[in-house]
Amino acid sequence: MTTVDLDAVREIAAAVDDPELPHVTIGDLGMVRTVALDAGRVHVTLTPTYTGCPATEEILADVRSALAAADIDAEVKMVMSPAWTTDWITTAGREKLRAAGIAPPAPAGEHPTVMLDLPVACPRCGSRRTRRLGDFGATACKAPFRCEACKEPFESFKSL
Amino acid sequence: MTDTSVLNASLLNHVLRHGDRALVLAQRLGQWVAHSPELEEDMALANISLDLLGQARVLYTYAAAVEGLGHDEDHFAYWREPGEFRNPLIVEQPNGDFAHTIARQFLHDAYAVAHWEAMRSSTDDTLAALANRAAKETSFHLRHSRGWLVRLGDGTDESHRRMQAGLDAMWPFAAELAARDDEEPLRQSGVVPDSGVRFAFDAEMASAVAEATLTAPERVDVATSGGGWDGAHSEHLPILLDELQVLARAHPGATW
Repeated sequence: MTTVDLDAVREIAAAVDDPELPHVTIGDLGMVRTVALDAGRVHVTLTPTYTGCPATEEILADVRSALAAADIDAEVKMVMSPAWTTDWITTAGREKLRAAGIAPPAPAGEHPTVMLDLPVACPRCGSRRTRRLGDFGATACKAPFRCEACKEPFESFKSL
Repeated sequence: MTDTSVLNASLLNHVLRHGDRALVLAQRLGQWVAHSPELEEDMALANISLDLLGQARVLYTYAAAVEGLGHDEDHFAYWREPGEFRNPLIVEQPNGDFAHTIARQFLHDAYAVAHWEAMRSSTDDTLAALANRAAKETSFHLRHSRGWLVRLGDGTDESHRRMQAGLDAMWPFAAELAARDDEEPLRQSGVVPDSGVRFAFDAEMASAVAEATLTAPERVDVATSGGGWDGAHSEHLPILLDELQVLARAHPGATW
């Protein structure tokens, strides 16, 4: 390979599905940080969402194999800094989450340890009469809610 | 030793203390899975455990780099003896009943939030980056544990009695958390900016205990050396580590 189209590399990496949220890609989640060429090798860095997210290793493997399938030899790794925030989830990503029944996160704000309990709209009926049932859902990134209007339970992406 | 090597040894000690704190508590919380009072609590404690395990992995990986002996994260988790672990004593305390676990978790989380919040301005880039993530994650843990402390404390007579018993049992181990006098070199160099950690920790404990209508036991003053942070542990840690390490030690070098 003599020339590498870095935009194409980014596109391939961004199109990898999140293993725990199969309706969104890691591009939708804002996890693809940098794509660069260094000493003839492509370097891709990703930002993990939660420190202990068990999907991290799988995402790395999926990105490596997606790039390998396109015949791109790349070094793929996770970088911790700057820390991922739900504010990086794209507009398209938010819509996909809502369509899948997961309320997208509210803006996270500057101060990490101040918890803003903004009203969360029900992804099914749109009502803001909803109640947080806890802080921990089926994955680290979501919290369980109930809609008091349509009575349906749903999950909401935590603002982080 | 030169100044640099003294600082390096202090940094390694600090990183392992917090890696061990996170790993041992992660293991304790994992023991609740499938035994919690309700399904949602199984998920909550497992999620908190995973966050802590993630923090421990980052810290152990960094410890390996600081130490420079070619070790990896697994070395620190699986191949050290109890006396080499530097976690504070509170995290190795047995789960007891649910109220004991909540008391332990609340006291730990109140400290951890104050710790990570201060560490966000560390001059050490790796620790500051981790702190930015861990401060957020730990805030969710604290909201959860404080929520239960208040529900149980300000609940029925029986839940109040048991929550008070849990708090009484864990309280003596809280003082050790914010008592670290031997990290002065790291403070001076800005690696461990601990401005206000003890104050924030004390304020959180006081407000939560009052909201929960519980009574704070008498303050316990502890020595600033010779505790869990220095490797002197209760009999509970070796048993916990036996379970944690048995598989890795039965199959040395195995990977998955």
